[in-house]
Amino acid sequence: MLSTIEFESDFSLSRELYQPPAPPLARGATQRHGVPLALRGVSKSFASRPVLKEIGLELKAGEFVAVVGRSGCGKSTLLRAIAGLETTDAGDIAIGASHRADDDGRANIRIMFQESRLLPWKTVLDNVALGMGHAPSAAAAALDTVGLADRANDWPAELSGGQRQRVALARALVHAPQLLLLDEPLGALDALTRIEMQQLIESLWLARGFTAVLVTHDVQEAVALADRVILIDQGRITLDMAVDLPRPRARGTPAFAALEQRLLSHVLAPSS
Amino acid sequence: MSALSVSGTRKAAAPHALTPWIVPALLIAGWEAAAQLGWLSSRILPEPWAVARAFWTLAVSGELWLHLRTSLWRAVSGFALGASLGLALGLLNGSVKRAETLLDTTLQMVRNIPALALIPLVILWFGIDESAKLFLLAVGVFFPVYLNTFHGIRSADQQLIEMARSYGLSGWPLYRDVILPAALPSILVGVRFSLGLVWVLLIVAETISAQAGIGYMTMNAREFLQTDVVLVGILLYALLGKGADLLSRALEKYFLRWNPAYR
Repeated sequence: MLSTIEFESDFSLSRELYQPPAPPLARGATQRHGVPLALRGVSKSFASRPVLKEIGLELKAGEFVAVVGRSGCGKSTLLRAIAGLETTDAGDIAIGASHRADDDGRANIRIMFQESRLLPWKTVLDNVALGMGHAPSAAAAALDTVGLADRANDWPAELSGGQRQRVALARALVHAPQLLLLDEPLGALDALTRIEMQQLIESLWLARGFTAVLVTHDVQEAVALADRVILIDQGRITLDMAVDLPRPRARGTPAFAALEQRLLSHVLAPSS
Repeated sequence: MSALSVSGTRKAAAPHALTPWIVPALLIAGWEAAAQLGWLSSRILPEPWAVARAFWTLAVSGELWLHLRTSLWRAVSGFALGASLGLALGLLNGSVKRAETLLDTTLQMVRNIPALALIPLVILWFGIDESAKLFLLAVGVFFPVYLNTFHGIRSADQQLIEMARSYGLSGWPLYRDVILPAALPSILVGVRFSLGLVWVLLIVAETISAQAGIGYMTMNAREFLQTDVVLVGILLYALLGKGADLLSRALEKYFLRWNPAYR
């Protein structure tokens, strides 16, 4: 019953933690820079229905790109192809120095899903340490960066939806990824928690410099976080828009609103 | 959050640990009253007091413990044999497609034969000694454990498996950390069902042919019209069944402590 109170105070607690986006410089040893990502002619069909049509896309190291589009446009498939969870029919995906096809010397890639996908039978700390072998201190440090150090020994079932996604983020970050793939990770969260999580992801991205690809259906989220926004419609890239707003981005400004409006009109435009 | 509030209301609705025993106590009181008033003949149903006396006599003479020990041993060894085979084959067929193709059809056919229908055959094969009873119990217990283990492995959350693979887990670590825990709730359902079934099978197996055991004791008492001893035997089965249920609940509570539904 005590935990009920903790759920209520979740928001104020995390705000307090996020106000100064603390760059974890103490862990500079594990800090790595992002890797470039290049897609050339990537195509994919599900049962003769084309989902991706010759997608070409280049990301600089450390760039934050958002991929938007209506549901079913192929944006999640694109992300899963980059992550290696989906095979492609044609084309080439190059991450850093390596190519998707060969596993040796592969860049460190982590993916965050729409569902937190925490193992319910492992404690929060053990979930973060998944696939780490023996490194409880690194997992505890990652949990601390997302503001959940005090929940280390709880079961995932005892956390709120936003807290679970923060644990999932910590689980990805503990591996010090060079490329972080975000598959609508905030889609199921309420509006306030979502803004909080966006600030957390932005501050961690600024501190660690990994390359990030965010798939989202939220146009505002894309403009708030990304250096560039890619629009996918019927398996093709139909817009590649730079977002030149200074960070941290205030949502109320006219420049922000104009970009958001421009993107939205493209998304809603009837597809040819 | 909802899970927490559910356990909260449950606590409020169960103010005392003795509440579940009110109904059994009332039943016994009514039974005793009916016997005292002469509504019940002791040939049909002896009064509770007579049953308690018979229990005491059997306990003091040591006869009761002999039968209890024999029955308990049969149940435990039959369950251990059947359940471990069911678990092993369930894990194998759930995890290895080729094993399933080879074995599952056969097992599904055998499953539809009631274990007790094998009694004539079992007597021919094993005679009437311990191995016959062990075989019957093991066959009966095998299928609930097998089916639930198989189902549990097969219905393990694919999203979690995909996540774990993307975090570099494969082979035994993937099995130990993801697939097996995901199957555990289903496996424990099978164990619980089997623990209930093992007593039913034991009663039948012991009344057919035995030189000791609770079933033997009750059948023997029936021939001498000792209805009180018969009732002692029946009550012992009830208590042992309750014990098995408590055991399976304790197993669930321990192994599924991460699950709010079992806390």
